[in-house]
Amino acid sequence: MPSDEKFEWLLRLGDNALILAQRLSEWCGKGPVFEEDMALTNTALDLLGQARSWLTYAGEVEGKGRDEDALAFLRDAHEFRNLLLVEQPNGDYAATIVRQFYFDACHSLLLQQLTNSTDGRIAEIAHSAFKEVTYHLRRSSDLVVRLGNGSEESHRRMQIAVDDLWVFTGEMFARDTADELLAARGIAPDPATLRDPWLKHISDVFRAGTLTLPSGAWMQKGSKTGHHTEHLGYLLAEMQFLQRTYPGAKW
Amino acid sequence: MKEWPLWEVFIRSQHGLAHKHVGSLHAPDAEMAINNARDVYTRRNEGVSIWVVKASDIVASSPGDKEPLFEPANNKVYRHPTFFPMPDEVKHL
Repeated sequence: MPSDEKFEWLLRLGDNALILAQRLSEWCGKGPVFEEDMALTNTALDLLGQARSWLTYAGEVEGKGRDEDALAFLRDAHEFRNLLLVEQPNGDYAATIVRQFYFDACHSLLLQQLTNSTDGRIAEIAHSAFKEVTYHLRRSSDLVVRLGNGSEESHRRMQIAVDDLWVFTGEMFARDTADELLAARGIAPDPATLRDPWLKHISDVFRAGTLTLPSGAWMQKGSKTGHHTEHLGYLLAEMQFLQRTYPGAKW
Repeated sequence: MKEWPLWEVFIRSQHGLAHKHVGSLHAPDAEMAINNARDVYTRRNEGVSIWVVKASDIVASSPGDKEPLFEPANNKVYRHPTFFPMPDEVKHL
């Protein structure tokens, strides 16, 4: 049982969900319309629930007594393993939706494969998360098409977001030793195999939304070794402030 | 957002047979109305089926017509099937 690699891998899934949930929560009370505010915060809550499952399991696999809270609130930026994509700032609504769409399309494929993991716990978490993310993807795909075809302004903002966030998409399919080890044991799929179906869905939705698929090949990377963009530090400062200032504080 | 029509939302719960009116919301079209209803009105496991109807499509009786429409039914006791003695075997019909 490759526990170090599995711990690393579980952190990636847990941190993706946690950081993206934190970002979406920033929209709470500030959504463009009430219904969208509810939808974004519902998505955030779904992701937070998933983060709890993944991080709790990660703590158990690590075996050093760290629970979900210790992992979420007491690690520093270089110890986080979330994708660079999910820590990008919310920006305007187009940027938020495109970030969500890029992530949902890969997340959904990954979770679907994980329901067949040889690790029963992972399969179980993936099973319920997949239902939530199926809805997330349906919503974000629908909004990409609507905003792409909306007004001249919405189309312009969408294309800017599509182009700006493109450099963060490659990381979702990059494979390292941990990925290879888990793939060899049937625990998780090789992330590189998710790229083609992801690209197909992205292309279909962009075509429907009259958006141009970016063509750049150079991609940002580094999260798997704890190298993050400058944004993560500020996000964690806000997220971890309470626990760090009042250690051990409880409701 | 000013042009988004108002929709009335009806939810049928897991243990119910009828859709109940739970509230309203704004959405540009039917598909978004369903998604928004799912997000706003089924957060606490309230339902398994959603109906959305544009508020403008609902035709309602006027409150001013309450008397002529509903009062007469109050004292027509012969319309109620309460005079038949029910056999024990079908008590719960």
